[in-house]
Amino acid sequence: MTSEAKFRYVLRLADTSLVLGQRLGEWVGHAPALEEDLALANIALDLIGQARLFLSYAGEIEGRGRDEDALAYLRDAPEFCNASLAEQPNGDFGRTIVRQFLLDAWQLEVYEALAGSSDARLAGIAAKAVKETRYHVRFSAGWLVRLGDGTAESHARVEQALDALWRFTDELLTPDALDEEMAAAGIGPSLPALRARWEERVGAVLAEATLKQPAMSRYPWYGKRGVHTEHLGHMLAEMQHLPRTFPGVTW
Amino acid sequence: MVNERVWRVLESVMDPEIPVLSVLDLGVVRYVRSDEGGLRVGITPTYSGCPATEVIQRSIHEALAREELGNVTVETVLSPPWTSEWLTEEGRRKLETFGIAAPTARAASNMACPRCGSHEVKRLSEFGSTPCKAHYRCSDCLEPFDVFKCI
Repeated sequence: MTSEAKFRYVLRLADTSLVLGQRLGEWVGHAPALEEDLALANIALDLIGQARLFLSYAGEIEGRGRDEDALAYLRDAPEFCNASLAEQPNGDFGRTIVRQFLLDAWQLEVYEALAGSSDARLAGIAAKAVKETRYHVRFSAGWLVRLGDGTAESHARVEQALDALWRFTDELLTPDALDEEMAAAGIGPSLPALRARWEERVGAVLAEATLKQPAMSRYPWYGKRGVHTEHLGHMLAEMQHLPRTFPGVTW
Repeated sequence: MVNERVWRVLESVMDPEIPVLSVLDLGVVRYVRSDEGGLRVGITPTYSGCPATEVIQRSIHEALAREELGNVTVETVLSPPWTSEWLTEEGRRKLETFGIAAPTARAASNMACPRCGSHEVKRLSEFGSTPCKAHYRCSDCLEPFDVFKCI
């Protein structure tokens, strides 16, 4: 395995957390209630913390002197390797919860598997992150059930969000050559095995939320290979504008 | 012994968010070692994104620099991950006195309101003002309070 392959794989983990964390950060001061505002901000903080650990490691693997900040702030959209689902806009609170639950359930499976990785550094980060992710998934699953099994209005909104976002989940669960290479090396999880566990967990929560699982469209989204929806560029423009406008700026 | 002096200094380095807890009470100091490169102190973060971790590392560095113990390196240790079990008995007592319920792995019924001692408490949110705290309310005295999360 080349270090380039491992670098790109660690970036996938890093960028999905970073982009999702940034999206949740957009809620700060706007959530429907103070408790939810704090919860989303706390989850964002955990995700950005995980991203920092992964990005620092990616920078070391690459060996070209790029630190976490250089990787977060000075790459353009095609160099980001996050799953397409993470970059989808927040929409209303219900849509944010749907996106969050689908990704929390996925990250939980990924980190549980990654905690046994043959790569000690990744295993360490994952063992830490899995404890945080258990809190995240309890929050998003709890809200998904309340909204899905709530009023006609809340049910309709999360149902619509689920229909709109479900198409992006196939990317999380279908391995490409890099995922397969990492699984074969004992570094990353086997995605086909992970898919079964993810579908079981997600299926149970959707049933409790009285939501129908949409049919899977097989249109291949490849955020993890740098092919993004238009939304990521806009998000990065806001996220990166300060360090790009004032290079080397510090507090 | 230099190492004993270091541990004594660490007793006085407080968590910036919960200022009654020292870094030793919190259980984040993994080791103190000295070798030809100087002193090395291993710190484990409580949560991946906790901003207090960086402040703690800086505070430890500054506190040890004041003692003039030579070159000091503060290192991050990720594995094994920190758990709220590492909070010392002393730390748990200080938390309660400060008005934050100590973490309990058992059901919330064993949790007591830090103000009136009632066990009639209700969880408002698993997330609070810092990553390590959840938000509860006492059904008897009606006061909200923080609970140190079990992780």
